[in-house]
Amino acid sequence: MTDSIDTRSHMPLGLAQRGYTGVIQHLAAKEAGSALSDVELESRLIELGFVEGARVEILHEGLVGRDPIAVRVDNITIAVRRREAMAIIVA
Amino acid sequence: MEAPLLHLALVGTPNSGKTSLFNALTGSRQKVANYPGVTVERKEGFFVTPLGRQVSVVDLPGTYSLRGRSPDEEITRDFVLGKASGETLPDLVLCVADSTNLRLTIRLLLELKRTGRPMILVLNMFDIASRRGITVDVERLAKELGVPVVTSIAVRKGGTADLLKLTDEISAALAAEPVENSWRALGVSELRATQREADRIIADCVSLPARPDTWTARIDAIALHPVGGLIVLALILFVMFQAVFAWAQPAMELLKSGFDSLGELVQATLPDGLLQSFLQNGVISGVGSVIVFLPQIILIFLFILLLEDFGYMARAAFLMDRIMGGAGLHGRAFIPLLSSFACAIPGIMATRVIDNKRDRLTTILIAPLMTCSARIPVYTLIISAFIPAKDVWGFINLQGLVMFGLYAAGIISALLVSFVIKFFMIRDYAPAPFMLELPDYKLPRLKSVAIGIFTRAKMFLYRAGTTIFSMMVLIWFLASFPQPPAGATEPAIEFSLAAMIGKALEPLLAPVGFNWQIAVALIPGMAAREVAVAALGTVYAIEGGNEAVEQIGQVLATKWSLATALSMLAWYIFAPQCASTLAVIRRETGSWAWMGVTFAYMLVLAYAASLVTYNVAVALGAG
Ligand SMILES: Nc1nc2c(ncn2[C@@H]2O[C@H](COP(=O)(O)OP(=O)(O)OP(=O)(O)O)[C@@H](O)[C@H]2O)c(=O)[nH]1
Ligand SMILES: [Mg+2]
Repeated sequence: MTDSIDTRSHMPLGLAQRGYTGVIQHLAAKEAGSALSDVELESRLIELGFVEGARVEILHEGLVGRDPIAVRVDNITIAVRRREAMAIIVA
Repeated sequence: MEAPLLHLALVGTPNSGKTSLFNALTGSRQKVANYPGVTVERKEGFFVTPLGRQVSVVDLPGTYSLRGRSPDEEITRDFVLGKASGETLPDLVLCVADSTNLRLTIRLLLELKRTGRPMILVLNMFDIASRRGITVDVERLAKELGVPVVTSIAVRKGGTADLLKLTDEISAALAAEPVENSWRALGVSELRATQREADRIIADCVSLPARPDTWTARIDAIALHPVGGLIVLALILFVMFQAVFAWAQPAMELLKSGFDSLGELVQATLPDGLLQSFLQNGVISGVGSVIVFLPQIILIFLFILLLEDFGYMARAAFLMDRIMGGAGLHGRAFIPLLSSFACAIPGIMATRVIDNKRDRLTTILIAPLMTCSARIPVYTLIISAFIPAKDVWGFINLQGLVMFGLYAAGIISALLVSFVIKFFMIRDYAPAPFMLELPDYKLPRLKSVAIGIFTRAKMFLYRAGTTIFSMMVLIWFLASFPQPPAGATEPAIEFSLAAMIGKALEPLLAPVGFNWQIAVALIPGMAAREVAVAALGTVYAIEGGNEAVEQIGQVLATKWSLATALSMLAWYIFAPQCASTLAVIRRETGSWAWMGVTFAYMLVLAYAASLVTYNVAVALGAG
């Protein structure tokens, strides 16, 4: 089934390594466990350009727990923590 | 009849060049820097268009939406929606975009259109876009968006000519009838839809070559390297604090000898008496001893301005995020804290970009612990009097090293205090998210750095001429009156009011090794830190009487023990000796209580630190 092939490669951006490139599939604010409410987190991510179809690349990561990460979203670079990046499902 | 004043507002995503545009239009000198969240207040300015229309333009904090998540974004929202009390709605909104990065601004613009305000899209930083080979079909973009579009280069002379022309054309045709405001906070699905719409329009009108800024990528490979980046950050701070001490010396010597000769001149030409004493002891030894530190203050501002303009601040925040997180702080807090090295007041203002209330409050409470430039005179004076100027390990100046140590002590104690606040007061702490745009690096602009330094130098001299001068007059008066009775053998100052006050306080400060002269200097020093240096200068100058005009540093070296000097340094790391900072804390937190808390905790820490330092130093034989 095409569905299972599709979902197999889906993963949260929060788990990706430095150098990872992919395309945003959907946002799942509930999964992130952020201090923000789901709606607020999702709104903020969208406002920073994290919408379905955007290309992302992890450019840099911090020292402690390899956190935060610097993500290239189309043509800007955004720093986010991995915790919030868990809400961004990529493939 | 003259046309009424035209009201413009500058709205746009953070770091898109709104303030640069504001400065270009109005000739103002508001702060511009290369990181998001520089402007945190609304500022109004005026100009006249080429066709002679009088215009008022308001610069606003940058924002990604009209939701108003943090105090700075609320200012923008309230202004655009006309919620701010007593404000007229802008006649025309200039939506300012960074042309290299249109996605977020066009989404914002689609949201702004719902407010019904007439609008122009300003494609700013068009020079950078052109250099990168980005082309924009301006006419098509205007048609798709339904608003006029104009390109601009805010930082180049004449770069706003097209915008001015368009403003004239539009203002002539502005419809008088009000358009309905249909804005309301967008739900998630609407947000997504507007972003999709924005992306579609961009795909139609803008061609982006796949050529990112390679310089930024190359620099970040080092500057944001997990280990290398932290080393670079430590190195930058180390060089900065060393430089403040070492590089400024020649210029300071020059100023010093200038004031010396002035003092000698006054002594030689004026007859002995009150006027001579006032000029020589009050003005020259007092105010002069503070102005001598101008080169160091310029140097620290130069470093901070260069880092800000280059685009390093956001990187520093990225590197420090988790480390600050360990102390219960937000990564974004690093930018206000770094600004506090210049002065705590803009640092405290800059906390407005922090959306979480507790994070913001914690940052405000600890910002005054960062070593601000007003501490430099105190530190330098004591260090040069007591610490030998030798090199350690061949290349590091020992005095500079002590200076670095004092800066480090400020940073570490700020982190510790924050940790304690988090631990005891804010137990249910959930880490607020850190989301920050990392802008491309830009070469610092000579003119803007020069203006920044000039503004700061002027402010410092202004303070020297007002606050410090008036405090000096007071000190001189207290130290000179009442005059000694005829035939007295002790120094005249022993009979003065200052000595009475100082001696009354001495028992309180004796445990930390302070003598009555220090006690006298600390009281006016509550107004501003540098005043203490000036006050010591005056008190010791009057005490010294008419003998050789001595440098205040040399006087201290003979009058104080090393333990007292070290205790004084420890005191100044913590002491809340700045009335303006306390006033800003009261304003930004909206509460007297938090101001009181700051004052009390800093005073307690100062006393404790001095007590320990003094007693340890005495025990080690430095008494
Ligand atoms: N090359 C170039 N640089 C620009 C232009 N306009 C602004 N800049 C630079 O862009 C950076 C940001 O400018 P600001 O004017 O502080 O931006 P802002 O929109 O006021 O930022 P916030 O107050 O943080 O929202 C600064 O480093 C400016 O020197 C431009 O047209 N061309
Ligand atoms: Mg600004």
